[in-house]
Amino acid sequence: MTEFLQQLVNGLAQGGIYALIALGYTMIYGVLRFINFAHGDIFMLGAFAGFYLAPATLKLFGAGPSYAGAALVLLGAMALCALIGIVIERLCYRPLRDRPRITALITAIGVSLLLENGGQLLFGADPKSFPDLIVDRALDLPAGWGPLSALTITLSQVLVLGVTLLLLVALRHVVNRTRTGLAMRALSLNPTAAQLAGVNLDQVIMFTFGLGSALAGAAGVLISIQQPSIDPLMGISAGLKAFIAAVLGGIGNLPGAVLGGVLIGLLEALVVGYLSPTYRDPIVFAVLILILIFRPAGLLGTVQKEKV
Amino acid sequence: MLSVSDLHVSYGAITALNGITFRVEAGAIVTLIGSNGAGKTTALRTISGLLRARSGQVSFLGEDLSALPAHRIVGRGLCHVPEGRMIFSNLTVEENLAMGAYLQRDAALKARNLAFVFNLFPRLKERLKQTGGTLSGGEQQMLAIGRAIMGQPKFLMLDEPSLGIAPRLISTIFEKIVEINRDHGITILLVEQNAKLALEVSSYGYVLETGRIVLEGPSQDLRANPRLKATYLGG
Repeated sequence: MTEFLQQLVNGLAQGGIYALIALGYTMIYGVLRFINFAHGDIFMLGAFAGFYLAPATLKLFGAGPSYAGAALVLLGAMALCALIGIVIERLCYRPLRDRPRITALITAIGVSLLLENGGQLLFGADPKSFPDLIVDRALDLPAGWGPLSALTITLSQVLVLGVTLLLLVALRHVVNRTRTGLAMRALSLNPTAAQLAGVNLDQVIMFTFGLGSALAGAAGVLISIQQPSIDPLMGISAGLKAFIAAVLGGIGNLPGAVLGGVLIGLLEALVVGYLSPTYRDPIVFAVLILILIFRPAGLLGTVQKEKV
Repeated sequence: MLSVSDLHVSYGAITALNGITFRVEAGAIVTLIGSNGAGKTTALRTISGLLRARSGQVSFLGEDLSALPAHRIVGRGLCHVPEGRMIFSNLTVEENLAMGAYLQRDAALKARNLAFVFNLFPRLKERLKQTGGTLSGGEQQMLAIGRAIMGQPKFLMLDEPSLGIAPRLISTIFEKIVEINRDHGITILLVEQNAKLALEVSSYGYVLETGRIVLEGPSQDLRANPRLKATYLGG
């Protein structure tokens, strides 16, 4: 029982990271109807942004790890990634907007390769050790919690989950309660009607790239707090998993991306815990194939009706 | 108020509008009739900035619109209710109306426009929390018109408001179109395949055939025109 719960805890933390990345895939798909395959590399850039920002930022609050410093590193990485996402959209995708979608898709793969190889050139190909942003420790769980008491839950796991939740709530607010969020949703449903209502498509698409990239950047820092070894190719696997999460939940569907992320995280943890780490990736990719065969619209997605 | 002169529009090699010229005076209901593929929708889409003209001019309240993007043209008070209604199907009626007021920052004005919409179409008020996709065709058309009114238009372009709507609702919608014009002073350009209906509510009409205006005149004269009678008015 305890082991099962332990795997759930581990899976949930990983799933939250996938959810943050998957949201970017799904939001960008919503407004542009294409998969931004460079999105996983934005996650990698988030980790490196954190890596390079951390020493100077932590120094502002005394030499060692600190919560204020960690928060500032997180925000800084998010801002940088938002900027990078916006620049990529402006330079690479906007000029192709009226071209067939496959053109943008191939371009996205090109951007992805550029970021990966450019990253190796700039940061070096060797894995780097991410600095400690916080002092991590296992939490002492009260003895009266039954099987829960024996769990190993680290402070970083709790913090990462907490921050992930906070970001999800903030995103929900932006999408459902703000004018720009409404325009995002309208644009994803019918770009022509959105234009006729006065929505500047360029602006909203730019905003969406910024928002999605900021979340990926946050995920990059959060994962590095838990697994402090980073390298320029770390975005490939995480990006693919998050993409699968977005498809699993229903591409274009925001709650679906979160659900998909959490499910993929849990599935991975259970496979690693009960089968073998070797099977982790094959099983996750099998999920993609199965979902595409049996429920292509995803768990929460609806089959797109042809527009009149 | 609106004047279109020698407008040429093409989709690649296919010419859709071959030099059309027409005008709409402030306060009028003017109709553009013609059969399928005559270029009516293309004309509206070019005026509202969704399409770019190859040559020719669109001027609204003295300003040349040719270079403005669609989202800026709305802000000038020219609202377009597109063919097929284009409701945001997953947004609620309320959110659809809020989208119509996207450029409207003045809360008091927004509230006034909303009251105007509810007064025109009380049914929308009952359906406020329903998503647009669950409405009937007629209700969606009401919502599409309501959404445009939330944009505080001086000039409203309606593309085939009778299309795909239950016959008994068509007369309601057309009564409301007249009411919007008469009681609120909003100028209307109405595109219709149902020429009979369109000529009843409008004061002036243009007949479009394969990208050209072939006939124009006061609507009552057009109603009596033998050629039009034979082709569009069912004998």
